Amino acid sequence: MARTNPSRTLKAAMTNTEVSSFTDQTKHKLGETVFFNLTRAASLLTLLLLLAIIVSLIHGSWPAIQKFGFGFLLSGDWNPPLDTFGALIPIYGTLVTSFIALLIAVPISFGIALFLTELSPPWLRTPLGTAIELLAAIPSIVYGMWGLLYYAPLFAQYVQPTLNATLGNLPLIGTLFTGPMMGIGILSASVILAIMIIPFIAAIMRDVFAVTPPMLKESAYGVGCTTWEVVWYVVLPHTKVGVIGGIMLGLGRALGETMAVTFLIGNMNTFNGFSLFLPGNSIASALANEFAEAESALYTSALLELGLILFAITFIVLALSKLLLLRLSRQAAIKL
Amino acid sequence: MIINEQTEPLEAIIVAKNLDFFYGRNHALKDINLNVYHRHVTSFIGPSGCGKSTLLRTMNRMYNLYPEQRATGELLLEGHNILDDSIDVNMLRAKVGMVFQKPTPFPMSIYENIAFGVRLHEKLSKEQMNERVEWALKQAALWDETKDKLGQNGMNLSGGQQQRLCIARAIAVKPKVLLLDEPTSALDPISTMHIEELIAELTTEFTIVIVTHNMQQAARISDYTAYMYMGELVEFGLTDQIFIEPKEKQTMDYITGRFG
Amino acid sequence: MDLHKKRKLVNKVALSMSLLAMAFGLFWLAWVLATTLKLGVTGLSWELFSRMTPPPGASEPGGLLNAIVGSLIMISLATALGTPIGILSGIYLAEYGRHTWLGQATQFINGILLSAPSIIVGLFVYSAYVAQMGNFSGMAGVFALALIVLPVVVATSENMLRLVPDTMREAAFALGAPKHVTILKVTLKASMAGVVTGILLAVARIAGETAPLLFTALSNQFWSINLNKPMANLPVTIFKFAMSPFKDWQEIAWAGVFLITLGILGLNILARIFLGNKNKQ
Repeated sequence: MARTNPSRTLKAAMTNTEVSSFTDQTKHKLGETVFFNLTRAASLLTLLLLLAIIVSLIHGSWPAIQKFGFGFLLSGDWNPPLDTFGALIPIYGTLVTSFIALLIAVPISFGIALFLTELSPPWLRTPLGTAIELLAAIPSIVYGMWGLLYYAPLFAQYVQPTLNATLGNLPLIGTLFTGPMMGIGILSASVILAIMIIPFIAAIMRDVFAVTPPMLKESAYGVGCTTWEVVWYVVLPHTKVGVIGGIMLGLGRALGETMAVTFLIGNMNTFNGFSLFLPGNSIASALANEFAEAESALYTSALLELGLILFAITFIVLALSKLLLLRLSRQAAIKL
Repeated sequence: MIINEQTEPLEAIIVAKNLDFFYGRNHALKDINLNVYHRHVTSFIGPSGCGKSTLLRTMNRMYNLYPEQRATGELLLEGHNILDDSIDVNMLRAKVGMVFQKPTPFPMSIYENIAFGVRLHEKLSKEQMNERVEWALKQAALWDETKDKLGQNGMNLSGGQQQRLCIARAIAVKPKVLLLDEPTSALDPISTMHIEELIAELTTEFTIVIVTHNMQQAARISDYTAYMYMGELVEFGLTDQIFIEPKEKQTMDYITGRFG
Repeated sequence: MDLHKKRKLVNKVALSMSLLAMAFGLFWLAWVLATTLKLGVTGLSWELFSRMTPPPGASEPGGLLNAIVGSLIMISLATALGTPIGILSGIYLAEYGRHTWLGQATQFINGILLSAPSIIVGLFVYSAYVAQMGNFSGMAGVFALALIVLPVVVATSENMLRLVPDTMREAAFALGAPKHVTILKVTLKASMAGVVTGILLAVARIAGETAPLLFTALSNQFWSINLNKPMANLPVTIFKFAMSPFKDWQEIAWAGVFLITLGILGLNILARIFLGNKNKQ
């Protein structure tokens, strides 16, 4: 054992250590208090931001709320020159486009997640996953401009006639696929919306599928299940909550999507029938198109009330999504 | 293992008196009474969940990080009750260092890893700091391997080297007591051997408390051994006595492998 | 058909559909990118970077200089404003507030703000700032973009800090480090790659945002770097030009789309490579 110099230097330094650490501590205490309160203030600011948004929207839309009351939600009469406003058309457009977008995006996203988790060779998983995520990185305005100039004409020329000739002949839903084939309108906007929300839903589905315990999957394979049966009967039920959370997140995104829809929905504020080929309007695109040009105070206020409605709907949808995903992560934490 | 009784009188640096510990409602340590002797190695052994790590983590108040954990009774370090609220935990930890199961190098250079702890407690000149870093690395038997790459990231070292870096980091602060929480459980046999040799050398300077699940290790390196079971201290005494003729049947069953 | 064969067939059909779904996703990505690339590259010219946006029916070719500079100014300021607050807030959520009322509420609300429609942020800044000041301004655009940066940085900082194992924190505390020193010198340092990635992604996100600028920064046909005046920017200029009937405006819009897409995809890929390399270490 080396009992030489080090021990002596240690003893010499020992007393020194104690004295200086006493003085250091007070400085640290102050630093700790300042830093802690700084982070807490930043956190509080984030929280207050939401409150400020809600308050300012309610404040701004108050004149319209007072003037039109509850009828604002039920009236389809949007007439700026006469200063009468009803939100039904943009609300209808927002809900219908988002709903159709989900109808398209959910099965596709499921397929993509299935492919990425079960089918893809491991070395392709990251590049393909990244490619799908890049769909979400492309700015909305790029989708809008490309959609208007390149996708819409092809949609009018090929997709709409095909739909009209097939689904258009069915009873009940047939009327949805009739009307002018211009490539612009509710259905056309919905398809673009679907493409824009696929990356969000697919990414969450892929992530929740990946947390399924391997033992569970292996047990199912062990009794002779096919890949599809394992996914459909074991993985999907196991991750149901997370999958629904992901779908809700996609819905939240679709409801508030602005620029791409603005280019493609047609911005028509009158209701001419239920056909999905017809142009319509959504809350977000009404705001994008009209807000900067709103002349009268009541017009501005009515638009702010539209914003308030949009915020309320997306808030509820996103809160639900967050709660569901939170529940899944708790479940996963308990099981793991 | 020879005890230095002839050279200096035994002095208890840490004394636990009626120590109890709770994780929320779970009573994890029950009425622990034990002495840790100055410049000796004391090891805690026992089956998983017996409370040996908990007892170790009480000695530097690591449990303070978690609001639901609390300790009652007395735990005296050189006569001061460290469970007392008036104790400054940061100062306490300057006196009681700790090394963990897995190596925990910080995301910085080897040099900075060691200087980090020292700077918290002392103001040293550049030269003094260089000396201190060298001293700590030599103590931890890591100097020869690292003296030419002190500027490299500590995370690039091998597992055994990382653990010795963590030991160097802990002793650079010049604590009186060094707590080792299963320090070799994540290491290969050769690195384990290095660390065990190191522990023996460190007793010239430090008091060491080690938690281990490896009974041979406890027998090899410690002067005193405490056997714990279900939160209770079953038996405490000289390592030779515990391993050769334990007083309790329970201890005997454990060390002979009939249980645990 | 016997049961076994039927099951195998169902499996095959389902897996083929999943392959098709993947192809469907890639198809749109390829189409959008190909169009942008083709039209963008043809629209690229020296004038784009040296001339102002043209008035309607201009005889000389115009450019995007004022819009590019305006966008760069607003993006930098918004990032500089939103990032520090976001990191501090993320630190609170991961290190101090995991079990507190404020921590949990902020975490929940931040998750919602992260996906809330960006046009709502524009409306908010309009009501709270533009309407009070009486005019559209670059500063209002900065505020709107900072409000979008904030939740992204909060969420990534929090997540990345949470990935740092608790043993690392305990090791620092065991040396007697106070909590703020542990956070600043150890945990934050350990998660730096992730935090930087978050900032890059936040910049990528605001670079293409149009909706929140429509009624805050508005746009400006002329050169102006006065933050109290409307400020030109790429997204709104593209919006205006793309919807216009003038051919030269549309060409410039495509060149703008190309620049933005290139920048954003570059930032995204850079962020991933950066994080990927750090993870491997």
